[in-house]
Parts: sequence; C-alpha cells; structure tokens
Amino acid sequence: MSETRSVTSAPVEVWITGIGLATSLGEGLDANWEALNAGQINVDQQGFAPYIVHPWAKVNLEAQIPKKEQRQMEAWQRIGTYAAGLALDSAGLKGNKDILSRMDMIVAAGGGERDISVDTAILNAEAEGNCTPGFLNDRLMSDLRPTLFLAQLSNLLAGNIAISHGVCGTSRTFMGEEVAGVDSFKIALARIAGGQSDIALVGGSHNGERKDLLVLYEFGDYNLKNEFKPVWARKEHPGFALGSAGAFLVLESKPHAEARGAKPLARLSKVVADRARRKEAGSVTGTLDRLWSALDVHDAPGAIITGATGAEPVTSEERAFLDHHKAFAVRSSGTRFGHTMEAHFALDLALAALSISRGALFAPGDSSGVESEMKEAPTQIVVVGAGHYRGEGMALVEAVK
Amino acid sequence: MSVRDKFGRPVVVVTGMGIVTSLGAGKSDNWTKLVAGESGIRTITRFPIDGLKTTMAGTVDFVPVAPFTSTGLSERLGHMAVEEAIAQAGIGSKGDFPGPLFLAVAPVEIEWPQRLELAHEVGGTHFTYDDLLKVCGGGKFVNYHHRFLFGSVADSLSDTFGTKGSPISLSTACASGATAIQLGVEAIRRGETDVALCAATEGSVNPEGLVRFSLLSALSTQNDPPQAASKPFSKNRDGFVMAEGAGALVLESYDAAVARGAKILGVVAGCGELTDSFHRTRSSPDGKPIIGCIRKALADAGMAPEQIDHINAHGTATPENDKMEYVGVSAVFGEHTGKIPVSSNKSMVGHTISAAGAVEAIISLLTLEHQLIPPTINYDIPDPAILFDVVGNKAREARVTAVMSNSFGFGGQNASLILTREPA
Repeated sequence: MSETRSVTSAPVEVWITGIGLATSLGEGLDANWEALNAGQINVDQQGFAPYIVHPWAKVNLEAQIPKKEQRQMEAWQRIGTYAAGLALDSAGLKGNKDILSRMDMIVAAGGGERDISVDTAILNAEAEGNCTPGFLNDRLMSDLRPTLFLAQLSNLLAGNIAISHGVCGTSRTFMGEEVAGVDSFKIALARIAGGQSDIALVGGSHNGERKDLLVLYEFGDYNLKNEFKPVWARKEHPGFALGSAGAFLVLESKPHAEARGAKPLARLSKVVADRARRKEAGSVTGTLDRLWSALDVHDAPGAIITGATGAEPVTSEERAFLDHHKAFAVRSSGTRFGHTMEAHFALDLALAALSISRGALFAPGDSSGVESEMKEAPTQIVVVGAGHYRGEGMALVEAVK
Repeated sequence: MSVRDKFGRPVVVVTGMGIVTSLGAGKSDNWTKLVAGESGIRTITRFPIDGLKTTMAGTVDFVPVAPFTSTGLSERLGHMAVEEAIAQAGIGSKGDFPGPLFLAVAPVEIEWPQRLELAHEVGGTHFTYDDLLKVCGGGKFVNYHHRFLFGSVADSLSDTFGTKGSPISLSTACASGATAIQLGVEAIRRGETDVALCAATEGSVNPEGLVRFSLLSALSTQNDPPQAASKPFSKNRDGFVMAEGAGALVLESYDAAVARGAKILGVVAGCGELTDSFHRTRSSPDGKPIIGCIRKALADAGMAPEQIDHINAHGTATPENDKMEYVGVSAVFGEHTGKIPVSSNKSMVGHTISAAGAVEAIISLLTLEHQLIPPTINYDIPDPAILFDVVGNKAREARVTAVMSNSFGFGGQNASLILTREPA
C-alpha cells in the first residue's frame, strides 16, 4: 500500500477549486445535481441490445472546442476536452495564460475507438477468401484514416486539452483501467502536497457507446445485458453498463488558490491505492479495509460514494467492506452514470466535492437498502473505487472549515 | 549523515539497469554492439511486408512469444529488463521488490490475429460487428480480456517481482520512458519510498502499428539496406525506424543505497518536462517548449548549460525532430552547443517509442561508466543546418560527467533527463 501524505516537510493543503462534468445526465454541475436528485438515469437499452449503455448527453461542443479541433478528435477526446474546459471555467482559469502555461495535467485514459466499419469490411473480405500475403497491409494502408491514429492514442486526450485550452505546464497520461484514475489523483495530490506542483488539472473521459469496448469486456462476460438494474441488484446477473462521461477537477495548493482569490469547493485530503491479489477470496474486502484505515475518517456525518461496477465477485466483496461502515450513507455512481472506467474515480471525486460544496448528499439511487437518506450536510466523503478486474483505491474529500 | 542535493532533496541514484533492444538482451551485449556501431534494424520477417512502404524495423525476434501479440511481447521484454535490473541492484528478495513500479507501456488494443479469430468463430461471410460481439462471451476468449487491458503488463510485472502498491502504467508517447523515471525520482524526493522500479517496454511492430506511423509519413522508407535507414542529423534522413525493446532502472535514495552497500551506477540529477500545445505531431516552430523543457531539466538539477558534456539526443531522424532538437538545444546552450558531443542511439536500435526514454537513459549511464560515446551511424551526409558535434559513425572516447537525454513525442510531450556519475 502506498499513500501520499508522507512528505518530509509539512504537507501543503490541497483544495479542489474547479469541477467539470459532462455526463449522460447532462452538462455542468447544476444539471448533474438536479438530475441526481430527481432520480434520473439515462440508459440506452436498444441501440446496443442486448447490451445496455449510458449515452452521453449531447452538448454544444463549440462552447469549449473550436470546430477545426473537433474534427481531429474522436468522441472520447471530445467528451474529455469538453469537460476539461468546464473545469477550467469552474476554477476561473479559462484564458489565464500565466497559470495555464505552468499548470500540470494528469489524465487517466484508455484508448480511442476503432473504425468499426473498416474493421468489419476487412474481416468480411478476408472471410471471402482474400488471403494474399499483402491483403491486410493493403487494406490498412488504403482504409485507415491517417488522423484516426491520433484520435486513438491514449496521450492525445491530454494533447487535445493542451491544444484547445492551453494547459501546457506538464502532461502525463496514466492507463490501466479504473485504478489509473485513482493513481492520477494520488500522484497529483502528492506532488502538490509535497511542493512539487502548485496546480493541476486531473481527470478522464470515457465513451460508453462503443462496440469495440463491448467486445473487450464481453471476453470476460462483464457487460450488463437485457435488463437495467441498479448496481446493488445485479448479483444474479452481474455486469456493468458502460457509461459516458468526462470528469475533470482542478487541484490547487491552498496558498496558490488564496493568492488568486479562488474559493475551495472541498479539500482533497488523501488518496490511497493498492492492488489486491484477487485470486484469494476476500482479498478485495481486506484491501478496502486497509485502505480505509489509511484515511483519517471520523464518524458521522459522513458518506461514501462508490464506483462499484456490478461485476462479480468484486461487488460482493465491496459490499462486505461497506457493511463495516453502516453509519455512512452510501451512493453508487455506477447505477446513475454507468461504469466510466478510467474516468470513474474522477467522476466520483467530482460528485463528492459537489456534495460537500452544496452542503448535502444527493438522493439515494435505489431501493435495495444499501443506499439510505442523509439529512445532514456531509463534512467527510470517502470515494471508493474497486476495479472490475484489478486495482483498488480510496480518497477522502472534506469540507474546508 | 543524510545526503541531499542543493535543494535539500534526497539524491536519487541508479543501482540496477536492464536492457533489451534489437541488438540483443542485456547491458553487456548491447554495449559491445553499440560502441561497435552495429545496427539492429532488419527487414521484417514477423509478418508479410507486401504493400508496405516501410519494410524494416528494429524488431526483437530472438524472444519467442506464442501466440504472438504486441502486448505479450512488451510484457516479455519488460520481464527481461526488470529481471536484469533487480539482479544487478541486488535488492529485496525474489518476488519481493521493496518499492513501487512505474511502467511506460504502449497503449493496448485487441490485435488483428484475435479479430480474425473472432471472424472465423462467426464463420461465413456478410457478418456484422454485432455478430462478432455475439461470439465473444461465454469464456472461450476469456484470456483476451486480461491480455488487452491497459494494465495487464504492469499486473504481470507486479505479480512476478512483487512491487509494492498500485503499479502505474503510463504513456507520454515517445517520452514515456523518461516520464517513468521522473515519477520514480519524484516519489523518492518526496520521501514516500527509498526505492522505485522504473521500466519501459515496447513491442509494437505489427502491421497496423507500422501502417499508422506510415500514414503520418513519420517512417523512413529507405528500406534497402535496412541497417542504413535510420540517419539522425543527416541531410538525407527521411523518418524514424520503429523498434522494440525495454529498459528498466532501479532508483534509490543515495542514503538507502549506501546503507545497504549497493554499487551506485549513476545519479538522476534532474528532470524537466514541458508541454507543446502547437500541434498534435509537430513542434512549435519557435522551439519554445523544447527550450523550456531543457531549461527546466537544468534548473531541476541546479546545473549550468556548460556543465553538460554530452547529449544523448532524441534524434529520431525525422526531418522535423532533428531540426527542432537542434533549434532548442542551440538556443539554450549557445556557443557551448558545438562543444557538446551529440549522439543518437536510434541510428542503431531504431526508435523504441514508449521504451526509448528508459533505453537511452541506460545507454547514457553506460556512457558515463565507460567514458566512451556510442556513435550515430549512417552519418555520411551531415545536415548543414544542424551544427551539432555529432559523434559520427565511430565511438568516441571523451570525458563525460553529465549527460542530457532528451525525449520529444506526439501530443506535445517533451521530457529531458540529466544523468551524472556522482552526486552534484
């Protein structure tokens, strides 16, 4: 287990001063907040049947991304670049060249979408007997769009954010599914707390409307099929519905924020991550218990926002962990937004910071009994992320007193 | 007594190194061939080359992976490099490395052989993508789920070598290897850990990988003879040559290394990075991001330009990169530029993309150890616009105390490292 607070001098306090959310429930903090409290869930049960996905709520892309740049991107990059712009707006940093030119960036990313029609056409041609040695080479040379590569490359979401918004201090892209999101915040927090950075844009994006991703997760039978149910009600038919979201946060040292008059939405106090050896039953529960004790969590009024996927056995292991903390109100973001993989931890941190800043936890999302009403204003929210296959992480988001 | 750098931070040293390139496995074999000016570039035999504009690469063909996948090869090469590095460092015990893993790795995708396998499973013709999707589940292809997860290579390394915590997989394109090292340096400087394993691996020579770079006109097409294709800083350079390989470094705080009596191989004195927002594949024409990156590395090391006595260049041999690297370096180093011997390992091993930053950091450290600079081969027609003192064609003995290793990648990714023999 590794943690972030152990710096040699006193750690610098790290504030969340901006949030950008563009999800299946809408664009911006108000729209997402209202949709959450109204119990809305946006699922497409037909377009990818029998698989269920959460489609991205359309936005006016030009509000954040110049048209000529949009053409160079695939959907996952547009979603992320859009949300990154919202985060900069929220932090009051849009166009502030002085700060943006030295702003650090860590993006948690997968890869971009395949050109499904090209792939299908090539495979059909091969099935029709085209099997000369140069067949695949010829088809790839003639059918692939040159710019598609750049739209697929993992680090080009960060590249597009640099180009569209001018965030160009440093740029790092972490990969590795869910826990890449945890690690991106862990490292950004550690760098700011340790005086290696003043301000960072951190987040990710995911487009769930992708059949090539369904293929990858179907190999492991992870896709939710046939009927939508909340995450906690999937044990008989486990799986996740891929979600679509861009989520970015601006993390900033307290002195840096104060110097420019920026107000905190919340404090990011700690981020921890580990990798359970999942071959052993109970290892995820044990790892989550240890991560919890590495956070400095007081008792109520507290809440837990989890990115539980609905995949098994990890979701059941996480429920066993949650049972140890029954005083905390639980919210599953997976029920509401689907599973947004690399972006999911950022999404949950955004929801936690939003809840702290609004002085309320959003409404429960199901009637399974796991999620209960919370009347008080939460002062501490623990964000939990256990990957569908590997990697566990946790963060503590607190109100700034 | 605790040894700190001039900024009061723990000094970060290297105590273990492992390398695999198209030249061979291990430091000894690679070093012998590098200083002899041998090329690892050859005509591709792994798959048919009919119809391709570029038909050569620095493939690692001596490591069998069956069934072949690029990610599987990356994983295998990563294991080899890490094993050599940990053995040299003599740290921890078997399967119990006492620190975190930072891994530079290429983005992962399902590959064509597996896509074809699905199509054959469907059978017939006139099938749709949905038909492919229907045959994926049920467990028949369950291994492909893990194989094609982005975190799978780090998973495997973490399991085998017992690194601690959540392993980080990262990509900053051609700068990835340098970024992995930088993450390790930062973690040790923060005092989070005394030791870190920083590795980088690349196995991407497959048809689509080659075609993608080819469509961006990034690759050399001087296929015959393949050994002469990669021509950094030459007037007739026409692109880079894709290559495979891996590098791994055990980084430690100076104090921890000394306390356990480890041999210190060199110091990571400084790291710099700066994003270029000009274009997805091209550098800002004014060179400012490269200049800023190099200056940040010097500032991080607390060193003056005159203290750098060798540059292990990014030197990809694309017309654009080599020109911009000269523009950036000469702006920072001024009159001193011509006094610095510059060399590009890519002339011999090709461009190992995600691994390059680590592979070249290791070669830089070997250069410090041997006081001998590996040559830039194929340097027959110098580009008159690039006034570097290129170590052309033959290795050169030199007094080398501090090496700058540059990495510049797609997506505006710039990173520079400064490696020294002794703590500054």
